[in-house]
Amino acid sequence: MDFMASKQPENSLLGPEADSQRTLYPYVTGTSVVALKYKDGILMAADMGGSYGSTLRYKNVERMKAIGKHSLLGASGEISDFQEILRYLDDLILYDNMWDDGNSLGPKEVHNYLTRVMYNRRNKFNPLWNSLVLGGIKNGQKYLGTVSMIGVNFEDDHVATGFGNHLARPILRQEWHENLSFEDGVKLLEKCMRVLLYRDRSAINKLQIAKITEEGMTISQPYSLKTYWEFSAFENPTQGAVGSW
Amino acid sequence: MEQQIKSQNRSCTEAILARYGKAPFFFFFLLRKLKIQICGIKSFASQIAVLIFLLGRPLVLITMPKQQANWSPYDNNGGSCVAIAGADYCVIAADTRMSTGYNILTRDYSKICKLANKCVMASSGFQADVKALQKHLAARHLIYQHQHNKQMSCPAMAQLLSNTLYYKRFFPYYSFNVLGGLDNEGKGCVFTYDAVGSYEKVGYSSQGSGSTLIMPFLDNQLKSPSPLLLPVQDAVTPLAEAEAVDLVKTVFASASERDIYTGDKLEIVVINADGINREYMDLRKD
Repeated sequence: MDFMASKQPENSLLGPEADSQRTLYPYVTGTSVVALKYKDGILMAADMGGSYGSTLRYKNVERMKAIGKHSLLGASGEISDFQEILRYLDDLILYDNMWDDGNSLGPKEVHNYLTRVMYNRRNKFNPLWNSLVLGGIKNGQKYLGTVSMIGVNFEDDHVATGFGNHLARPILRQEWHENLSFEDGVKLLEKCMRVLLYRDRSAINKLQIAKITEEGMTISQPYSLKTYWEFSAFENPTQGAVGSW
Repeated sequence: MEQQIKSQNRSCTEAILARYGKAPFFFFFLLRKLKIQICGIKSFASQIAVLIFLLGRPLVLITMPKQQANWSPYDNNGGSCVAIAGADYCVIAADTRMSTGYNILTRDYSKICKLANKCVMASSGFQADVKALQKHLAARHLIYQHQHNKQMSCPAMAQLLSNTLYYKRFFPYYSFNVLGGLDNEGKGCVFTYDAVGSYEKVGYSSQGSGSTLIMPFLDNQLKSPSPLLLPVQDAVTPLAEAEAVDLVKTVFASASERDIYTGDKLEIVVINADGINREYMDLRKD
């Protein structure tokens, strides 16, 4: 019919009809994930909120999942894309297990795989709208890395996504040191999560902390942090304000 | 018969309304006003149908504005790279800071990649593209080794890098590279690139966010004779290896003072006849 216009193949991402197939903006999103290396492995924290724009739509979203025997994945950004990534990783781990050769994919390998997936989707202008944190330990080697939605990746002793980069990383840079004990690591993570709770609009006071060591992955039951709102500056904040409004 | 045709026309109008909205109708009325009739057809909706048939895709583009992607596939992760060629050595250096916007992502990220035995590349720009480029070149080098049973020489790798970059001319690797190493005679060589593969063999070069600060200083200290002079003169510097390394350290210390994306740590790689040697120096962390 369109003999004047160029013919696009059916599955191409060009042309006006294809725009509805590309991710242009996220819908249900999770906020920051914070993670650090400690003595025995990796500690990661994330709250359980799934926001639909400015509405807090879902309050029981687990944004951290174990991947295989050695890794832990935390994600912020579009929740449905995170679930898609879990499906990809499921296939990857299944394939790895089916070899049944005593070898299993470690956190470095999973991180590399995720980087390639995210970069490839960015190349097709159809990104998975997530910032991922991948941590794990294999044969005593701890690993903690991150990938953004355009494929930027690196590993470090402590990482954070979204608002965590602005609020949590400075705290971690100041107070993190090698060989943190489990209790100290949890206290440090809670300190970061408390600041995020006070200052990030999309954060909620219901979080989980996940730990991965040589023995395996454990994830805590959801709990909330103690907060303090009795600062005198918050009492009667308009006292002394000039004007009628 | 008339009845049948009439009902056909009505559903035609509805179909057009459903697909394209009201815009084609406005266009049609405009034409009507200007007394332009299409193809001598009397019926209202058939004229629109013919119009759409003729205009096809352009009409869609007018009536349904294309939604723009409001994200960019690129980001600049900053950093500077330098390479200096000597008579029998080559110095390649880059800082280890990775940033995005006004944030620092990490202070300890290496921008230097060994591509072959005597060939090292330093790249700054968009980290994901740099990583993909390094992987691509490493894979091609492996194939080369399998096919030719030898390592790729630096000039050969230089050409490969240029071709690889130009291959993505219309969706570029946002990567600013300097390639350094020893050529087949053991003399230092440095190649400098832009993002789409245009390259040149030079005696020294810098790329990245601090290059505008670093390059003039290198020009002052290492100015090579013009390549247009006859007899052909060497572009490589007569400085000794230790002096060149010192110069690199000075240059980065200065660049860190004024470029916010350069700092944290400096990684220096020296290639000479004995092999590859790596050293580090601390830079300003602010």
